[in-house]
Amino acid sequence: MIAIKDLHKSYTMGSNSLHVLKGINFSVEEGELVSIMGSSGSGKSTLLNILGMLDEADSGTYTLDGTPIKNLNEKIAARYRNKFLGFIFQSFNLINYKSALDNVGMPLYYQGMKRAERTDKAMAYLEKVGLANWAHHMPNELSGGQKQRVAIARALASDPKVLLADEPTGALDTKTSYEVMELIQGINDEGKTILVVTHEDDIAHMTKRIVNLKDGLIIDDTKINQVRAASHV
Amino acid sequence: MFSKDSWDEIIEALSRNWFRTALTAFGVLWGIFILVILLAAGKGLENGVKKDFGNIATNSMFMWTQTISKPYKGLPKGRRFSYDLDDVAAIKQSMPELRFVSPRNQLGGFGGANNVVRGINTGAFNVYGDYPEYIEQQPMYITSGRFLNYGDIEARRKVAVIGEGVRNALYDKGEDFIGTYIKINGVNFMVVGTYAVVASNGDSEEEQKQIYVPFTAFSQAFNMGNDVGWMAITAKDGYSITQLKTKVFDIIKTRHSIHPEDDRAIGNFDLYEQYQKVDGLFIALKAVAYFVGILVLLSGIIGISNIMLIVVKERTKEIGIRRALGASPWSIRSQILTESVFLTLISGMAGISLGALVIYVLNKILDANGPVEMFSNPSVDLSTILIALFILISSGLLAGFIPAQNAIKVKPIDALRDE
Ligand SMILES: Nc1ncnc2c1ncn2[C@@H]1O[C@H](COP(=O)(O)OP(=O)(O)O)[C@@H](O)[C@H]1O
Ligand SMILES: [Mg+2]
Repeated sequence: MIAIKDLHKSYTMGSNSLHVLKGINFSVEEGELVSIMGSSGSGKSTLLNILGMLDEADSGTYTLDGTPIKNLNEKIAARYRNKFLGFIFQSFNLINYKSALDNVGMPLYYQGMKRAERTDKAMAYLEKVGLANWAHHMPNELSGGQKQRVAIARALASDPKVLLADEPTGALDTKTSYEVMELIQGINDEGKTILVVTHEDDIAHMTKRIVNLKDGLIIDDTKINQVRAASHV
Repeated sequence: MFSKDSWDEIIEALSRNWFRTALTAFGVLWGIFILVILLAAGKGLENGVKKDFGNIATNSMFMWTQTISKPYKGLPKGRRFSYDLDDVAAIKQSMPELRFVSPRNQLGGFGGANNVVRGINTGAFNVYGDYPEYIEQQPMYITSGRFLNYGDIEARRKVAVIGEGVRNALYDKGEDFIGTYIKINGVNFMVVGTYAVVASNGDSEEEQKQIYVPFTAFSQAFNMGNDVGWMAITAKDGYSITQLKTKVFDIIKTRHSIHPEDDRAIGNFDLYEQYQKVDGLFIALKAVAYFVGILVLLSGIIGISNIMLIVVKERTKEIGIRRALGASPWSIRSQILTESVFLTLISGMAGISLGALVIYVLNKILDANGPVEMFSNPSVDLSTILIALFILISSGLLAGFIPAQNAIKVKPIDALRDE
């Protein structure tokens, strides 16, 4: 599903250049649930943003579901993001003046789907994350866990190939974190490929494979026995 | 572009901070309001002044004789001359571009001695010897009877068409006057008609105190021979009397042995030239109105542009989210532009409506208080409104352009960064 080879990325700030990714090689099969771990500043978000086409690598190749990702202009990147990817952020990033339902419908809006169809589909995904009764609430009327559920429903709405989650539980308490991980595990059980960036060990162990980043290189990449989040709740 | 969805988006975005939106809108509203009011006031002034010209054939001039100021062909300067009917015939014959060449003679006048008598009533009136076509050069409404005709001219009938003012002075209310006689300088003329003129200024009363009699009868009755006092000359449509008049002067100069460069021998009043001057004044006035109005409008537009910049800044994160979800740069840009155009258009329409309302009320007041000198029916026409709309839409685009550019310049990753 995902294949990257010899990926380099550095940031220049003034005269200094910060080499963040120093040759990443890694691939993900369809249906995997992978966590990317590493200390703060190790380049986890940078890697995820490149995978999400929000940022571009300096060198290296990236293939997503057989499509080589290179020389993107913003128009094509926007289309690929809409078609291939679903994003889940630490700070949820809901649009705060739109209801939960409208937030979930956004990716469908940019696909050009008609309103009625969009609403039906968004409603179905809200039901899936257990928030059907909150459809018409505004984000500021929802708890952190609920917001993240709405964000997950939104990420799923366009039925993307891959879900990319950057510290999805970073802003949540432990109990809520496990609930969110339970949801993510459920989605993975249905076959969706998911990448989760985290620096929390317990969260990483709820995935099926842990990739460890240090100083811009992968120092460890092991498949593990998944801990079901449900057993903690 | 104008689906219900994008519509909702615009309303949502603009109503989120409605007070700020309203304040911004006010800038454009005010600008277009000023523009409309200035244009309408200019139009009102123009209508008022042009009304003074009445329906006079403005492509006309009046031409009289003055003292000859240059010796020529052995003739001394300082002599006087007068036009005669042969001059009229000569001009008519050699200049088919002229519509009317009317010889005129005049007797008496404002402030002069009483020259008209009817029974025990007397009055001092201008009495003119005229040809029938004069009514086309100085339009008047025949209120009873008829105007002069060529039968009168050929038979030298002693008939008179009198103004309503003359009738009021010489006749009692309800008294019959058609067919009665009045004595002009001791000569009896039969009244065959009355006229009225419509003019906006107070002169109409004076203009209605005139008496028209056939030119031929006038010459005979008052011993004018072939003399012509002055001429009223009108050019055909498509020609301008201002350009034709030197040719007329040349004919006169040749016929009366006047030095070709003697410009003082012939006096003239060129209505067309005057009218053009007034017209030019109003074109200038209009230009000033546009200039001022557009400047004010421009400041309103800058206001909108400013607010849109702030809005874009505030929504940087939101725009980043939208782009992560698949919004193309074009959809972001068009959203900002549509918001800007929409805001400009709405506030502009409000300004136009407000302006129209003020003009409407003003016209009501003007109507109620009777005619005001030099000001009448201030208005803006449809083409002005269309121009204003065009200006609004383009200014909306202009106002939104830089903010829209800013909106797509922000990379989604920078917009989304959590720190
Ligand atoms: N836009 C940027 N400009 C400059 N430096 C950056 C930028 N983004 C990230 N960095 C730096 O790159 C390093 C890796 O960042 P990041 O990928 O966010 O780490 P992580 O998510 O693992 O904490 C950090 O040192 C960070 O300061
Ligand atoms: Mg990070």
